[in-house]
Amino acid sequence: MLSIFKRSLALLLAASLPVAAEIDPWQYNLTEGVTSVSQNVYGLHMFIFYICCIIGVIVFGAMFVSMYLHRKSRGVEASQFHESVKLELVWTIVPALILIGMAFPATKSLMEIYDTDNAELDIIVTGHQWKWQYEYRGEGVSFFSNLSQKSKDQIYSADAKSDDYLLDVDNPLVIPTGTKVRFLVTAADVIHSWWVPELAVKRDAIPGYINEAWTKVDEPGHFVGQCAELCGKDHGFMPIEVKVVSPEEFESWLGEKRAEAAAIAEAAKQTFTIDQLLEEGKVVYDTYCAACHQANGQGVPGAFPAIAGSPIAMGDVGLHMDRVLNGGVGMPPFGEQLTPVQSAAVITYQRNAFGNNMGDIVQPVDVVQYQQGQ
Amino acid sequence: MAHGPAKGFSRWLYTTNHKDIGSMYLWFSFAMFFLGGIFALVIRAELFQPGMQIVDPNFFNQMTTMHGLVMVFGAVMPAFVGLANWMVPMMIGAPDMALPRMNNWSFWILPFAFAMLASTLFMEGGAPNFGWTFYAPLSTTYAPASVTFFIFAVHIMGASSIMGSINIIATILNMRAPGMTLMKMPLFVWTWLITAYLLIAVMPVLAGVVTMMLMDIHFGTSFFDAAGGGDPVLFQHVFWFFGHPEVYIMILPAFGVVSAIIPTFARKPLFGYSSMVYATASIAFLSFIVWAHHMFTVGIPLLGELFFMYATMLIAVPTGVKVFNWVTTMWKGAMTFETPMLFSIAFVILFTIGGFSGLMLAIAPVDFQYHDTYFVVAHFHYVLVPGAIFSITAAVYYWLPKWCGKMYDETLGKTHFWLAFAGLNITFFPMHFSGLAYMPRRIPDYNVAFANWNMISSVGAFLFGAAQVLFLYIIIRTIVSGKKATDQVWEGATGLEWSVPSPAPYHTFSTPPEVK
Ligand code: HEC
Ligand SMILES: [Cu+2]
Repeated sequence: MLSIFKRSLALLLAASLPVAAEIDPWQYNLTEGVTSVSQNVYGLHMFIFYICCIIGVIVFGAMFVSMYLHRKSRGVEASQFHESVKLELVWTIVPALILIGMAFPATKSLMEIYDTDNAELDIIVTGHQWKWQYEYRGEGVSFFSNLSQKSKDQIYSADAKSDDYLLDVDNPLVIPTGTKVRFLVTAADVIHSWWVPELAVKRDAIPGYINEAWTKVDEPGHFVGQCAELCGKDHGFMPIEVKVVSPEEFESWLGEKRAEAAAIAEAAKQTFTIDQLLEEGKVVYDTYCAACHQANGQGVPGAFPAIAGSPIAMGDVGLHMDRVLNGGVGMPPFGEQLTPVQSAAVITYQRNAFGNNMGDIVQPVDVVQYQQGQ
Repeated sequence: MAHGPAKGFSRWLYTTNHKDIGSMYLWFSFAMFFLGGIFALVIRAELFQPGMQIVDPNFFNQMTTMHGLVMVFGAVMPAFVGLANWMVPMMIGAPDMALPRMNNWSFWILPFAFAMLASTLFMEGGAPNFGWTFYAPLSTTYAPASVTFFIFAVHIMGASSIMGSINIIATILNMRAPGMTLMKMPLFVWTWLITAYLLIAVMPVLAGVVTMMLMDIHFGTSFFDAAGGGDPVLFQHVFWFFGHPEVYIMILPAFGVVSAIIPTFARKPLFGYSSMVYATASIAFLSFIVWAHHMFTVGIPLLGELFFMYATMLIAVPTGVKVFNWVTTMWKGAMTFETPMLFSIAFVILFTIGGFSGLMLAIAPVDFQYHDTYFVVAHFHYVLVPGAIFSITAAVYYWLPKWCGKMYDETLGKTHFWLAFAGLNITFFPMHFSGLAYMPRRIPDYNVAFANWNMISSVGAFLFGAAQVLFLYIIIRTIVSGKKATDQVWEGATGLEWSVPSPAPYHTFSTPPEVK
């Protein structure tokens, strides 16, 4: 049942998602985007830009004419005029009028951006160092979205980068077409900013705040964005991917996600051997922990503690679980992001890798029990 | 005139002479300009192509942070204070600054502040890495331990600026020569008077915000920590209440410099002197009510957003007045294009381009697309580099003959200008494009779509850096072996500073001149 689901979904996705638009290495301007907001914003941008161009031509034109005509080498005599109230009034009032002309469309456009009423779907977007979490409110679906492994592998390699380098994730956000989607944007640690240019949505994700933004996309598509607020070391490595699919595909995707959650709960009941845990643990560690604690477990002095020889990784298991599941100062909580199997595996791995050799095992059930006990 | 300077190092350590202190400020800021420039070149080298090649992301963040801090607080601000020290007393016919001992103190604490700031690069955990805007909680809960030294350094810089400003205000208000009424003061003096008031108003706010950080980090308060009932957005409001006037602090004296140079080389009085004074004052006033335009995406309510958008757009009016006045000053003059004039004309053109992008950024709905992209980086570098830096450079070429009594080499000066002009535009113009193509700022690595523009920017940056080395050479060469300068120096120069010999004697205007 599940696999049929998966296969049909893959087919659907493959059929409906246009390949990401050709990248243009000489792209020099905003794009119109795909929502009414983004198109209005683009229009406004070009409108103001043209006004600036006209003013520029007049001002710089006058300057260049003057630099050509009124140079001493042409034998001109400097005239000595230096005041004209009339002129001053003209170039105070005319620009003020132009500004008023700009203010009207700008106000209208801003009001549209702020109109978050009557949304049909709420998605809570949470910024973490350095990944995004998406929770579909009332749908029982929540997941994290990290930079894809493919991009991570390219960062330090000398090979040519792929077209979607640093703009692809492991789990994209999926939203339905023709639906007003409201984003409730917040953050768990520092300030981030959730930005998808083609939708013209940019909202700061601030701890303790829930900011609202919205979009409505009519055609299926695939859009990328990036975190726009400096949020620490890997600020440049937490992209956003949005897939817009038809409402039917969206529903089946939700079903798929719910089924995944059920499968995870089932797996958490099993018992694993230490080798299985170590194998899985290394994968989890490299994906989620190495950014701070480094692949060799040595950490970054003064910023991120080493795991090798760490008093916590070599101490009480309860404290170790607490640190990983609930986080610490500068350490994100992983209790929600990792499955119980992954948590058990990475804890077991940290206790036995990098020369820690504790020899003990943490099973998924231990993690589940620990979380229930809290 | 009874005695000259003391000899040796103690001359500089103990000096209360405005010219000595002015020179020290200028040399210090020049050194900081190179330090900040090296940081910038590390950034541009890493961004030369996609992928991480030279530094790691954390060090990259330290570079962007230190580049901004050093350039703003170490290069631009002290340079303008140095110019004020040298020129304000000479322009108003005063024998020295009003508070000479404090003057010595306000300079000498600066090297210590910057030595402390630079030393954080060698500390465990590294230098501040949270951007020159140091938004909490990245700069508090999540900051490296060196943040405490950063806070202390900022306090010292603030104290230095406040003392410098008090001194400038006291000098201008009390020590003008008889007949030098306020509305006869050179525009450089006017712009500095207004700048000094801005500094006194906002430096304590900066001190306040870093103190709140200190409390959060070490004394268990939660001003900016949401988990403790604090508010990270409060940080931004307080920071930008300082930060916006701060950007005008860096540009108003530049307006003054250019308003001195263009009339000289156009051989024609400044057009619209009094409207220039009023425009400066209006810009200063407006600078206090526009701070949240740096925060259009933080989620302030619609009405607030509209208010800050309208107020910001208004700034275009007095700024436009200034540009129109400069152009009209040139109109029907008899212009020559010596190096200071070239830098000043480039100032007017490129600063205006920065003003255009500023106007675009003021439009809140569109700012949602521009905010925190390279478009913003392009914008503020267009107002700061050809704005502040070019005007300081122009000022140095313009007054150097008066300071050291010798003339710089005009061919070398012009070469410097064209190299810097090319370097600047090659570096920063493409940033408009990468920003509009949606490249976020402050990222150490990027998608291939941005590769071309970044490569061009990096090439330009190294060219610009090389041009500044030439500048250093030109200055040293002038001081060592320049041709003797006349007292008047420039054919069209007017003003008290040109009525004293070149080089200006150690003490000038011991008896006040008569101003008619
Ligand atoms: C964003 C950076 C970051 C990431 C990613 C991260 N950590 Fe941490 N980690 C920290 C910091 C900072 C501390 C110190 C926390 C404290 O002392 O409160 C820490 C502490 C720890 C400690 C205790 C070490 C000691 O000796 O104090 C363990 C164990 C640990 N982390 C495990 C993990 C695991 C497992 C992962 C991946 C699932 C992970 N960390 C991912 C930043 C990170
Ligand atoms: Cu982020």
